[in-house]
Amino acid sequence: MGYPHPSHPKETVLLSKYFGDPVARTYAGWVERGGYQGLRKALAMPRAELIDMVKASGLRGRGGAGFPTGLKWSFMPKDDGKPHYLVCNADESEPGTFKDREILRWTPHALIEGCAIAAYAIQAERIYVYIRGEFTEPWTVMTRAVEEAYASGALGANVFGSGTRIDVVLHRGAGAYICGEETAMMNSIEGKRGNPRIKPPFPAQAGLFGMPTTINNVETLAATPHIVMRGAEWYKAMSLSSPKSTGTKLLSVCGHVQRPGNYEVTMGTPMRDLIFDMAGGMRPGRTLKAIIPGGSSVPIMSAAEAEDCLLDYEGIVAKGSMLGSGGVIVMDDSTDMVKTIWRYTKFYAHESCAQCTQCREGTAWTTKVLERILSGRGKQADLQLLLDLADNMTGKTICVLSDSCAAPVVSGIQKFRGEFDAYIAGARVPVLAAV
Amino acid sequence: MIHAAENADGTVDSHKPVFVGDVKAKLEALFPKYPTKQACLLPALWMIQESRGWISEAAMAEVGEVLGVTPAFVKGVVTFYTMYHTHPVGRHFIQVCTTSPCGLCGAEETLQAILRESGCGELGATSPDGRFTAIEVECLGACGFATPILVDDDFIEGVTPERVPGILAAYK
Repeated sequence: MGYPHPSHPKETVLLSKYFGDPVARTYAGWVERGGYQGLRKALAMPRAELIDMVKASGLRGRGGAGFPTGLKWSFMPKDDGKPHYLVCNADESEPGTFKDREILRWTPHALIEGCAIAAYAIQAERIYVYIRGEFTEPWTVMTRAVEEAYASGALGANVFGSGTRIDVVLHRGAGAYICGEETAMMNSIEGKRGNPRIKPPFPAQAGLFGMPTTINNVETLAATPHIVMRGAEWYKAMSLSSPKSTGTKLLSVCGHVQRPGNYEVTMGTPMRDLIFDMAGGMRPGRTLKAIIPGGSSVPIMSAAEAEDCLLDYEGIVAKGSMLGSGGVIVMDDSTDMVKTIWRYTKFYAHESCAQCTQCREGTAWTTKVLERILSGRGKQADLQLLLDLADNMTGKTICVLSDSCAAPVVSGIQKFRGEFDAYIAGARVPVLAAV
Repeated sequence: MIHAAENADGTVDSHKPVFVGDVKAKLEALFPKYPTKQACLLPALWMIQESRGWISEAAMAEVGEVLGVTPAFVKGVVTFYTMYHTHPVGRHFIQVCTTSPCGLCGAEETLQAILRESGCGELGATSPDGRFTAIEVECLGACGFATPILVDDDFIEGVTPERVPGILAAYK
C-alpha cells in the first residue's frame, strides 16, 4: 500500500509495500508479512558470502553519496579482536527528503532486520541508530519495535539461537543538520559537538570510539533483507538503465506538484513519469520551471533537463546534477528563484558547524549578498562575487556542507541569471526589507 | 551537592540536582550501552530538559560532574544543538519549518499566523501569558506535507494559516 497515496501502477513497491499499514509495525505483524526470514538466512551464511552477495546486487548507499554498500562492508577488518560498530544514519534532514521517516515509522522491523544483517556481516555486536531529535513519532515507534525484537529473540545475546550477539541502541539527536555527515554523527554519539572529522582515518579503520565502524543509511539497510531472501541477481535485474544503478529508490516529491509524497521506482525510471504521472504534475495553469532532484545539496536542473532525465545515479549526473538522497523539489513558473536560492543558503549558513573558515564565512556572506540583491540594493558585480565565494567554498573544507551551499547558487546563476539581473536592475519589486 | 551558577542573563540560581532518584537511575541504565560515560551526554541533556524545561548553567555543571567532563565542554555541546534551551521557554514550544521546500508552499504565511495567534509576536519570544514560545526551524523532514510544525513532541503536518487557531487551542 502507498502512503499517503495509494501505490501508483508505475511504482515498484518493495520498501514501501506496508507504508500506512499499522499492523506491519508490530513484530507479529512483520513476521506474518515475511519479516525476519532474511536475518535468519543471513545468520546461517558465511560472512564473506553475505558481503559478496550485497556487492553483487549492486546496492549503493541511499543517503546521498551512492557508495557501493557491499564494498563498504568489505573494508571492515576481519577478526581483529576489536569491537566493531554499525551506525544507522536516521538523521534525515536534507531539505526535500522525507523517505527514511516513513521507513522508521511504518516498517521499523524492516530497519532492525537490515541493521542486524549488516552488523552480522561486519562483525559488529552493537548498532547505534541515530534518530534526529525532531522525529518524535519515529522515535516512539522504533523504541517499541526494538523492545519487541529483544523479547522475540531477534536482538540480544543469542539472536535466533545462532550464538551471535547483536544489540541496538537508539541515540537521539538534538537539532543539527551536520550530524547527518557520518563523522559528525560519530562525534555526536560520543557526546561531543557534531563537527565532522578529517578523513583519513576512514571510519572502517578508526570510527566510533576509535573502533572500526560502518555507517549506513536507513533505506540502504532496509533493502538488505530483500537481497538476502531473493538473491543478488534478482535485485540487480531491477534496473531500466545503467547496470551501475540497481534496485528500487524511494523518491520524496515535494513543492509545486498536485500529489506530493514518497514514490518508489525501479532505477532508471524517467523523471517525467515521477513528476507528471505519480506526483500528479503541476497545479492547474502552471508549468514546470526547475527541479532539484536529490535534496537541496545538488545543482538545480532546468525544466528541459529534468523532462529528459532518467532517475538513477548516472542519468542525473548526465544532466548536470545528482540523485543524492532522492529528495525531489519541484518548482513551477510562479517560483522566485532568487528568493528560493537565498532560503537554501540561509539554511546552510544556519547549519554550518563553523569549523572551516570557507564554510562559516562563505555560507554567511553568500546569504548576505543574496539579501542585498533581494532588498533591491544589489550590484552587477555581486553575481561574480557570489561565484567567487562559491569557488572558495567548493572542495576546500573538511565536509561538503559548504559545497552544498554553493551548488544551488552556481547552478541558479547559470540557469536563471535573468531573475538576478531583474532584481539588480530594479525591474523587480524587492521582497526583503533593507537591513 | 547543590550547584549555584550565574546564567547568561546575569541571574544566579540555586540548583536542585536533576540526577537523583529515578532520573539518576535512568541515566545509569544507559552506561552499559556506551563504552564511555561522556557518550551519555546528549541523552543526559534531554533528561535535564524534560525535567526542568531548559538547561541552566548550574545544570550543565551538574551533568559535567556526573559524566566526568568540564562545565565548559558541556556548554559547548549544549549550544551546538538547537533543540536544547539555554533559557526558560513557554509552556508549549512551537517549531515551524520554513526551509525552502516548505517556503515554496506557504510556510511564511503559516509562521506569521502562528506568531500572531500564539501571542509570541516575534521569533524566539514567549507570549505574555507564558503559554507559547515560537521559533523558526530548519527542515523538519516532512517536506511533502507542508507546513509541518512541532508543538512540544507533537508533529503536526499540513498546517495552513486557517488551521492555526484550532491547533493552538488544544495547548493550554
